[in-house]
Amino acid sequence: MTQTAMNTAGMAEKISIRNLKFFYGDNLALKTINLPLFEKKVTAFIGPSGCGKSTLLRVLNRMYDLYPRQRAEGEVIFDGKNVLDPDQDRNMLRARVGMVFQKPTPFPMSIYDNIAFGIRLYENISRSEMDGRVEAALTRGALWNEVKDKLHTSGLSLSGGQQQRLCIARTIAVRPEVVLFDEPCSALDPISTAKIEELIDELTTDYTIAIVTHNMQQAARVSDYTAFMYLGELIEFDETTKIFTAPSDKRTQDYITGRFG
Amino acid sequence: MASNLGTIGSGGLSAASTPAAQAIYRRRRRGNKILLTLSVGATIFGLAWLVLILGALLYQGFSGLSLAVFTEMTPPPGSAGGLLNAIMGSLVMTFGGVIIGTPIGILAGTYMSEYGRNNKLTMVVRFINDILLAAPSIVIGLFVYEVVVVRMGHFSAFAGMAALAILVIPVVVRTTEDMLNLVPNQLREAAASLGLPRSIMIRHVAYKAAMSGIVTGVLLAIARVSGETAPLLFTALNNQFWSTNLNAPMSSLPVTIFQFALSPYPDWQKLAWTGALLITFTVLALNIVARAFLSPKAQK
Repeated sequence: MTQTAMNTAGMAEKISIRNLKFFYGDNLALKTINLPLFEKKVTAFIGPSGCGKSTLLRVLNRMYDLYPRQRAEGEVIFDGKNVLDPDQDRNMLRARVGMVFQKPTPFPMSIYDNIAFGIRLYENISRSEMDGRVEAALTRGALWNEVKDKLHTSGLSLSGGQQQRLCIARTIAVRPEVVLFDEPCSALDPISTAKIEELIDELTTDYTIAIVTHNMQQAARVSDYTAFMYLGELIEFDETTKIFTAPSDKRTQDYITGRFG
Repeated sequence: MASNLGTIGSGGLSAASTPAAQAIYRRRRRGNKILLTLSVGATIFGLAWLVLILGALLYQGFSGLSLAVFTEMTPPPGSAGGLLNAIMGSLVMTFGGVIIGTPIGILAGTYMSEYGRNNKLTMVVRFINDILLAAPSIVIGLFVYEVVVVRMGHFSAFAGMAALAILVIPVVVRTTEDMLNLVPNQLREAAASLGLPRSIMIRHVAYKAAMSGIVTGVLLAIARVSGETAPLLFTALNNQFWSTNLNAPMSSLPVTIFQFALSPYPDWQKLAWTGALLITFTVLALNIVARAFLSPKAQK
């Protein structure tokens, strides 16, 4: 990996990925990744299909654990603790490291319950407090004004873009510290995409964000830092402006100028 | 590249206009007509028997339908009566079989889809379940006869319920597994990403998403067992009188139909037709309800 001297003074590393290797069965998908995610900043993972950027994202909340024959080696330090430790409580980790997926995935229940469901699991709060939390989450997810009169209709009745904002609201309702976005706009139209990007921007006041995207303009628009990955390797990690104006590595240059990918 | 596109666009030398292409096209149209005729013919042939059966059933069954059928016990030959004890027995034993079989089936299907998807145990269970699904019901009747009736020393409604439960289980296992497999993995991942334990995800997300399918499976299982004769013949036997004792033989519609239809007495035969009509319409109604559950509207 090439990396120029980056001004990181005073920047806290919320998550530090160290010597991370990832295997699908015997197939090595990530080759020794070292990468920081800075607190309350947006880090974008870009690269051609199959380069391992989604895989990397799914290591951070141990989502890969749901499937057999997938394993990670190395360290992912989150607040001083290695989350890859076998004794790490996965559910607690996932409550602190939320995730938003490519396709909107509202649960088959009302809009209200979609939000309240995750909260109820960890907190025992009164009905009125819950109403407040649901409103706060939906407001934060830039959806409140559109759904406040139909909170008890099915979450599946919303449009795709609204469903995705519902999923974001649901994720932040459980008060995570980190939010992972796995191509959150690839199934959405341009207007919904713009809304989500605006939302991501607003979320940085409170959350550390990592976003996987196929859309380089999107990475340039929303992120503070960008990691370019290729064939399971981290090629370059730097400030987004630097990556998109003066990349250090030729492969990064070729990718962002559209020569391949 | 650009010039190729131009040729196709202008339609100058379209491939479809050559004589060889025309011949292929005519041959395909002919093949299409032949196959269409054959498949329509097969459909009519199949449906014709169904219409004949239903016609005979309606004709013979309706003429015997009266209030007495629902209020009086099965009569001795030559006197008036109804089917009350048989209807009641069928309801009791079907209900019992479904109550026993459904939880077992849903739990097994849940294991196969949510916990052990495609592991060895699941594959073995699925294979055996498929055999059970296709097993002739008389075999299940004989099995329950051996392990329950012989040991208890007498026929009983309990044994009948056990036999029906064994028929319910494979249907419910199969539909539960299939319906849970249709729940997209993204939904499971989304639940996991909130920190939800798997058990909560299954109860509140997967079951909810698969609910209409699982209910349909249970309804179809009820429809299947409510017409079963053979397993009850060896287990609950029959009872000419009103009985709610689950430890004693119990009457049921299918067994009564079997007995009455084979008898030489016209009034018994009439009651058999009426009973057959009742079962057929119950099963029809269950199937319609099941379909309503599966319709896109109900899924929302």
